[in-house]
Amino acid sequence: MYSEKFQKSIAAVEAAREKNIALEPERMTAKQKEDLLAAFHPDYKKDEFAELKIGPNKGEKVPTELAEILQAHSRITADSVDLTKPDYETDVLIIGGGGAGASAAIEANEAGADVMIVTKLRIGDANTMMAEGGIQAADKPNDSPAIHFVDAFGGGHFAAKRELLAKLVCDAPEAIQWLSNLGVEFDKDADGTMVTTHGGGTSRKRMHAAKDYSGAEIMRTLRDEVFNRNIPVIDFTAAIELILDENGNAAGAVLMNMETKELLVAKAKTVIIATGGAGRMHYQGFPTSNHYGATADGLVLGYRVGAKLLYAETLQYHPTGVAYPEQIFGALVTEKVRSLGAKLVNGNGEVFMHPLETRDVAAASIIRECSERENGVDTGSGLGVWLDTPMIEKIGGEGTIEKRIPAMMRMFEKYGIDIRKEPILVYPTLHYQNGGLDITADGMTTNVQNLFVAGEAVGGIHGKNRLMGNSLLDIIVFGRSAGINAAAKAKNVTLGKLTLAHIEKFEKEIESAGINTETVSPKLLPNYTKTKNI
Amino acid sequence: MEKLVSIFLFGKKYEVPENLTIMTAMEYAGYQLVRGCGCRNGFCGACATIYRIKGDKELKACLACQTKVEDNMYIATLPFFPLVKQVYDIENIPVTESVMMQLYPEIYACIGCNACTKSCTQGLNVMQYIAYAQRGDFEKCAEESFDCVMCGVCSSRCPAGISHPQVAMLARRINGKYLAPGCGHLEDRVKEIKNGDFNELIEALMQKPIEEMKELYNTREIEK
Repeated sequence: MYSEKFQKSIAAVEAAREKNIALEPERMTAKQKEDLLAAFHPDYKKDEFAELKIGPNKGEKVPTELAEILQAHSRITADSVDLTKPDYETDVLIIGGGGAGASAAIEANEAGADVMIVTKLRIGDANTMMAEGGIQAADKPNDSPAIHFVDAFGGGHFAAKRELLAKLVCDAPEAIQWLSNLGVEFDKDADGTMVTTHGGGTSRKRMHAAKDYSGAEIMRTLRDEVFNRNIPVIDFTAAIELILDENGNAAGAVLMNMETKELLVAKAKTVIIATGGAGRMHYQGFPTSNHYGATADGLVLGYRVGAKLLYAETLQYHPTGVAYPEQIFGALVTEKVRSLGAKLVNGNGEVFMHPLETRDVAAASIIRECSERENGVDTGSGLGVWLDTPMIEKIGGEGTIEKRIPAMMRMFEKYGIDIRKEPILVYPTLHYQNGGLDITADGMTTNVQNLFVAGEAVGGIHGKNRLMGNSLLDIIVFGRSAGINAAAKAKNVTLGKLTLAHIEKFEKEIESAGINTETVSPKLLPNYTKTKNI
Repeated sequence: MEKLVSIFLFGKKYEVPENLTIMTAMEYAGYQLVRGCGCRNGFCGACATIYRIKGDKELKACLACQTKVEDNMYIATLPFFPLVKQVYDIENIPVTESVMMQLYPEIYACIGCNACTKSCTQGLNVMQYIAYAQRGDFEKCAEESFDCVMCGVCSSRCPAGISHPQVAMLARRINGKYLAPGCGHLEDRVKEIKNGDFNELIEALMQKPIEEMKELYNTREIEK
């Protein structure tokens, strides 16, 4: 139940509901979208970006907060650990325990390699767990990988590396089959046909889901399988520095126990970075839908040993983060809410855009509605627009919300809002790191041998914007492939002497570039304490 | 001025704004969380928490990220609980109730106290899904347990020592893999791709100039 101050606006939304349901809003033209993004999308705000002064992407611009941690000091010096006495030795070292890391571990294990996962929190504490809406795959008769390719390529502003995107779409149906065979419960009709819906920017209904716990269902199944295979999972242990061998190839990582701060050395023939995203960097002060550990660690680890970044300047702001109540400010309201028929409505009860434009366009459109057009709703702690959830019950019949998006219903129910009867307030939230480390189609970085990357830490699969459902897909496709390829590669690797010489080299670059910083990285966790701790 | 309430973190008193969740209240008080904090959005089960309001007989359980503080709330987090997870080969397990007898025989020692259901942070009917598991009705067990975040509070309250979330996990995987209907269009598409049916189309897209790709994208037909 909303307080008095919202009632007038809610009344306008309710009065227009029937008319708004019937309305088929026009989609924007390419030109309209371009102009909208340039004026209102956060990626286009020049003063929020800084030029990198050192490293493989020197001269390029990235978010100010990212520039700071990319050009920061290591947490250690080369003599902090003894590389001749590793605490762990393995063929494949996987850094990160989300969907990509777990998929890679299962496949590397299947290929017969010795594999271990290190993760700074627990396995499954990852954005994968929080992905609600679904996973794309062109497996219906009216669809094809080629159509999927065009949707994703256009949605990503024609910037995706085509060989990566081709792999993504062509391996998608098999990824769904692999998950099904592991026991993931996808929504199906009685005859086995997948229940699929649209996502923003899709031209076919190819979004597969497990209610609105799609990522959680996938993640818990992968985690269970990792445990069934007795793959070692070293939890509460962060990788804080990569180790190279004397030939400049990846050869392991320095680890830090998050609780005791003990330093450990893991030696490996191949390394997979699967550290995920960066929402907890709170670029431009945005709230985030991401999990607690999303601090771009993998980008920092890779950058310091010379791995290149691609599109690190592009972030995805999910159009529908929670704007109210403030306890869940920034939490994700899945795009599936719009797939099921709910439209975006401004404070006056007017539909102001087609609900299934791509995410960047939708986010910019909401920001415009709340700024230039002054049609937003004042929430007390910011602005928002309505997402008219009761439309779903009118379109799909009573009970649709409980059946298809139970997590959303539960999240708002805790604060006394019944989304079946009342609309909800949304505003863009920092959701996804489009860019990341640059890889070739086999998953290895373009310029550091034996260093693989999978999942959100990769850049280039989606271009400069990602479609809903293509991230759950990429962690599976590229996670599996990184596991297979890293295991195969490990068979032919003879490690040279291990070294951390890159730390000092990077320090010298910081110094000679005149960068004056006290920041150390990777950041590992955000600090939300309100006190001044020692 | 925001209104403050008194909470007791592991018995120690702190004054915090009343609009905070237990998790943000801990941070407000100065805790830099490492344990007991994961997705912060109610999906991961990292922040299981037990609390009692002073003077109230009932012990309550919740997720710290999803629950507002109350005045005189005594709070203990449960960032880890030793659930029993049995190891099995999903490719080679019996799809009958015997699998439960083999792997989780303790479920048959359930005394029906319903403490699991009462403590569930997701409001699930935990005892009911265990009853389905006992009978080998995996489909119903899967459905009833679907929203489980595996926080482990139910197991902490169970006199029979049942690891409910792991029982449900097994039931869901059996249901997803063996009991749910197979998917013909998926199998067909995987075969077509392996057969190379789309190679030419994809190859053409790999070569096409950007301007032509734009034209293709901007004029594509969108399924209603």
